[in-house]
Amino acid sequence: MFWNREMETIRPDELADLQLKRLKWSLAQAQKVGLYQRKLKEAGVSPDDIKTLDDVEKLPFTYKKELQAGYPFGLFAVPLKKIVRIHTTSGTTGKPTVVGYTRQDLENWSELIARNMTMIGLGEDDVFQNAVNYGLFTGGLGFHYGAEKIGMTVIPSATGNTRRQIEMIEDFGVTAIHCTPSYALHLAEVAESMGKTLDSLRIGIFGAEPWSESMRSELERRLGVKAYDSYGLSEMYGPGVAFECPERDGLHIWHDCYLVEIIDPETGERLAPGERGELVITPLVKEALPLIRYRTGDVTRLMDEECACGRGQKIARITGRSDDMLVIRGINVFPSQIEHVLRALPEVGEQFIVYIDRVKHLDEMTIEVEMSKAGFSGELRDLARMQKKISDALHNTLGLRTAVTLVEPGSLPRFEGKAKRVIDRRGAI
Amino acid sequence: MEDSYIVKQISIFSENRPGRLAAVAGALRDAGINIFAFSIAEANGFGVVRALVDRPEDAYRTLTDLGFRVSFTDVIGVKMRDEPGGLSDIASILGDAGINIEYAYAYSGKDAAVLILRVDQVEDAVRQILARGGELLKASLFR
Repeated sequence: MFWNREMETIRPDELADLQLKRLKWSLAQAQKVGLYQRKLKEAGVSPDDIKTLDDVEKLPFTYKKELQAGYPFGLFAVPLKKIVRIHTTSGTTGKPTVVGYTRQDLENWSELIARNMTMIGLGEDDVFQNAVNYGLFTGGLGFHYGAEKIGMTVIPSATGNTRRQIEMIEDFGVTAIHCTPSYALHLAEVAESMGKTLDSLRIGIFGAEPWSESMRSELERRLGVKAYDSYGLSEMYGPGVAFECPERDGLHIWHDCYLVEIIDPETGERLAPGERGELVITPLVKEALPLIRYRTGDVTRLMDEECACGRGQKIARITGRSDDMLVIRGINVFPSQIEHVLRALPEVGEQFIVYIDRVKHLDEMTIEVEMSKAGFSGELRDLARMQKKISDALHNTLGLRTAVTLVEPGSLPRFEGKAKRVIDRRGAI
Repeated sequence: MEDSYIVKQISIFSENRPGRLAAVAGALRDAGINIFAFSIAEANGFGVVRALVDRPEDAYRTLTDLGFRVSFTDVIGVKMRDEPGGLSDIASILGDAGINIEYAYAYSGKDAAVLILRVDQVEDAVRQILARGGELLKASLFR
């Protein structure tokens, strides 16, 4: 089934014309932003030099840290009165990346979600439980409006209270659910312990963290769903950038809205189709936050074989990151952010180590902190207060609950070379 | 006047794992410092070792040099009769005066039992105990 058959199955020559036209429009939009004026000037390229789609290679890359440097609204190409919504995503250090949306941006975004959901056979007869974080995280509202657009019955259940989530699936006859794959596994386990079989569920949409084919079979077996992979990032609106069709062999990237390249993350050189590298996206229809050759950090490859479903370009499922970004409970976290928070606290001594574990399918972050000289008053309750202060500061910045363990000075390992302060002990899922 | 009865307890941050108390006690032994009394308070993976020693300043320096986090805490030492009712006498004085005990530990000395108290109003506590005939350890016992 198609939501927008014309765009989804557009002929290659027509697509190329459309992409070029939209690329030129996007560059004009980007020229309204100081950062891109400077970057293009430095690269010695003008928007007029872009005459074919391959000319995109002449353009400079845009990096996440540049978006952050423009905090809060420095990268917007439209005045604030034209911005109707803001989401944020984690930055590499203290400040978040701010994403603005015009009314047209929201329309474009929900159109893409509508395509994704229609593609896997969802429609107005379905009851959809959206069990991801609502609020600043794009997964909540992004799917919400796309699902409403195609007429599904939407339950904005958000996260938490797993037993209640299970009751709702049963009582409301939920047919499709969207959540992180690790939460889905937790949900399956709790449902089993409650003796619930969740018979109405038929489709699971899982995203926001990388997951394996063996995880897919496990989720399908235990939840009784067909499981689909969803890819997106806040900088490109949010989820909906690429999505699996019923063939489930790669994710269709919405070719009329995103121009994709795969590059070698070290050299920046473009790789041939089929080669694995970093995904670089130039969005073609974004009004509020245009981007030029944005470095996603996600590692994948372009698949050039044709898909039986009749749609266009596919990317393989994401296999990892080209940088040190971690995904914890579906939230993007950079080790540098954690350092930034901890270094700002006088109670924290010179060393700390962050451990990430998976406990009952859910990610847990534990931080061991050496206490500074200033930190110790001699009173036990002050130590407890300090633990809470550190944990609250991290929660404020990362949006994640963290267990803090205070340790004696000198007890943590010292590093001679590059310090490794974040230790991910989770296996692949 | 009250000051002469306010005693410096040393408080040492310690992880709750085997060998930590031995490390503290060993360091004090090597420095020839005598421990009159000590207690351990524990919370969630770590604790505070509290000790009354004969040379608090030296103990502070010795342990800090070894990398321990140490601080001084004002406490008082009250002599108790080492017989039924001893603790009750002291606790009643403080209770009647509305002084709260944050924590306490005790040791039995040569001539009397001693109760070490961390209270919320230390000078008030000294006055009340002396006024009701109680006997306190003098700060001058500790150099």
